Amino acid sequence: MSSFVAVLRRDLLVAWRGRGDLLVALAFFVIVASLFPFGVGAEPNQLRAIGPGVVWVAALLASLLALPRLFAQDHESGVLEQMLLSPEPAVSWVLAKIAAHWLATGLPLVLVAPLLGLMYDLETGAIGVLCVALLLGTPLLSLLGAIGAALTLGLRGAGSLLALLVLPLCVPVLVFGAGAVDAWLGGIGLRAHLLLLGGGSMAALALAPWACVAALRVAVE
Amino acid sequence: MLDVRQLACLRGDRLLFRRLDLHCAPGSLTRVAGANGMGKTSLLRLVAGLARAESGDILWRGEPIASCRDAYHAALLYLGHAPALNELLTPLENLRFACALGGDAVDDTACTAALARIGLARQIGLPCKLLSQGQRRRVGLARLYLGHTRPLWVLDEPFTALDAAAVTALAAHIDTHVAAGGAVLFTTHQDVPFQQALRTLDVEAFAP
Repeated sequence: MSSFVAVLRRDLLVAWRGRGDLLVALAFFVIVASLFPFGVGAEPNQLRAIGPGVVWVAALLASLLALPRLFAQDHESGVLEQMLLSPEPAVSWVLAKIAAHWLATGLPLVLVAPLLGLMYDLETGAIGVLCVALLLGTPLLSLLGAIGAALTLGLRGAGSLLALLVLPLCVPVLVFGAGAVDAWLGGIGLRAHLLLLGGGSMAALALAPWACVAALRVAVE
Repeated sequence: MLDVRQLACLRGDRLLFRRLDLHCAPGSLTRVAGANGMGKTSLLRLVAGLARAESGDILWRGEPIASCRDAYHAALLYLGHAPALNELLTPLENLRFACALGGDAVDDTACTAALARIGLARQIGLPCKLLSQGQRRRVGLARLYLGHTRPLWVLDEPFTALDAAAVTALAAHIDTHVAAGGAVLFTTHQDVPFQQALRTLDVEAFAP
């Protein structure tokens, strides 16, 4: 447990010291979401219809931007070796790394999303649903992304390979995340969508750290 | 306490060494020698349990290290090629993290004292990206001044980038650990003045 706390504290401190990088990902999120009205035209009804989907795609791309750094820095500096030599279970510090990564890159997306919702003229209730869906879904993006980051660690062109590997896996998150808002607007209830997102996150929480540990051990060898 | 038997190491398609035997008893000081690329670092990484051997056994107190990994890693202090630092953190933060990660109960005072002993008293609050190569090396080595509870030290090129005074001081510290019953396995290309008896293991002798 102490390795979980130590890694979480350190990674959050590192994220804070390098907060410029985090702001870049956040600005990327806002810019991508702002580009669509230029492309598809500024017809309010159309924007209202595509809004949730656009915010979700932008969130997915922005979370991808920060992923290669998740393990790469520690791999190059030799810290990853020391982590693997920790007498405590590796799953505990891998989970801490993913948690810190989500707090530093996923949570800010959730907090900025209402602004983008306003930009797409979503009604207040829909913005609320969008944020809850993002809150349940972004951890899943971080967990799936972490597996990809661990698998591509140390490879040539890891960044683009990572995108190829992770993006298809994120399709269900996108479908149920953006679908939740539509379901709510359509009046069919959003329970099923949110349960699926939350359940997906829970399943990934239980399985992804083990996959990461296995991939990291191979990468370090 | 550490027994290596009939070890073989494959790197890519190339067999680096085979049938390598090594025994580290308490109070032994072993230098791994050999030219660049002959497998010194690979041997140390195998011993640390970071890589898997092609064949052969590595035993810690009679048990294969794979089956007593946690106990073995609690007794091992491995310092690799790179100093294992984060550039954005200060030496104190890096050292404290390394200790917490290893499960060593070490407080701030002890960390500060260790950094002062290794000659970084004035750099304690600077981010590591502002330090020189030698100073970064020292931050990593500061763990040795907190590592007396760990009997086995495996050090990859610990003397690189250090000045003459620091080399002598580190050698003296390694001597103390060995005299207290610890075992040290290390690599270096320098001539280092040790007081304790030094054994040399030449990996080239085991090349195929």
